[in-house]
Amino acid sequence: MKSIEELMAIKEKMQNKVSLRNSAGDDVRVVVGMATCGIAAGARPVLNAFVEGVSEAGLSDRVMVTQTGCIGICQYEPVVEIYEKDKEKVTYVKMNAEKAKEVIERHLKGGEPISEYTIGAATK
Amino acid sequence: MEEFSLYVLDIVMNSVRAGAENIDVSLDDRGGLLTFKVTDDGCGMTEEQLERLSDPFFTTRKTRGVGLGVPFLKMLAEQTGGDVKVSSVAASESPESHGTTLVATFHSNHIDFIPMGDIKGTFVTLIQGNPDVNFTFVHETDGGEVRLSCAELKSVLGDGIPLSSPEVLAWIRGYLAEAYEEIK
Ligand SMILES: Nc1ncnc2c1ncn2[C@@H]1O[C@H](COP(=O)(O)OP(=O)(O)O)[C@@H](O)[C@H]1O
Ligand code: FES
Ligand SMILES: [Mg+2]
Repeated sequence: MKSIEELMAIKEKMQNKVSLRNSAGDDVRVVVGMATCGIAAGARPVLNAFVEGVSEAGLSDRVMVTQTGCIGICQYEPVVEIYEKDKEKVTYVKMNAEKAKEVIERHLKGGEPISEYTIGAATK
Repeated sequence: MEEFSLYVLDIVMNSVRAGAENIDVSLDDRGGLLTFKVTDDGCGMTEEQLERLSDPFFTTRKTRGVGLGVPFLKMLAEQTGGDVKVSSVAASESPESHGTTLVATFHSNHIDFIPMGDIKGTFVTLIQGNPDVNFTFVHETDGGEVRLSCAELKSVLGDGIPLSSPEVLAWIRGYLAEAYEEIK
């Protein structure tokens, strides 16, 4: 069973890291729409794919994954917005866990947004 | 929605949106009867709001004309021979002590009931998005009980390490996976 000792070990490790991390800040914000319509359309596995994937890819120091309520475009849910300093917002629509993994690889790691998955491509 | 755990996520989000600091979620799923209960200390509802809650065209939000959450839960409950009861005390009427309790019952063997789905995913999602809220999750099944108290985790971690940090979330995921494995 996962123990409280393990949790305390995490605490120790993180306290040492906090001082290092302060300078990095959160350069990129991944925002997942989690209103009723988002949840119904499959936002939960998308959110969790980002949360786990960003951490596994070692991007946690510069990428923050957050939830929001209604984004206002129900028909395109699950919707994910990516905010990056000095760049235009990228809005991904009709997401799923597989696409989320691709976005982590190609956009968050590789720096190239995947235009096929964006709202621009969906409304064409 | 074909996963009960998604209803749980949606309904508990109402408590989050009501500004609750403490939210207790319990699922008692034994002997073919499932009782889903949420208690929060959020802003609550007035009697009038409460009355309109089962009306799918009522929502206090402006962004979407239709409120889906509670009426849909009610429909599912009634389909299985259960029901949904909500009681609430509005902060506007009782600033000292307010909040909402929702109790929904389902016959989980009923043909119209739906699978539980990824309930661990629901708990983790709630904690990730709302690390400051003190959630307690209790899930009782015929095989045993799973329990998680965010206040307890916070007392171990102390200030400055949010429950939403990746390392802590990984621990929570692992904890839940093992706890559910044990009662399988
Ligand atoms: N736990 C709660 N505390 C306070 N108000 C609530 C709670 N649950 C529901 N409500 C109120 O009831 C309304 C309808 O809820 P719901 O059926 O889930 O639809 P929606 O969340 O989409 O508005 C909400 O907008 C809110 O005003
Ligand atoms: S209710 Fe669907 S995006 Fe807001
Ligand atoms: Mg709702």
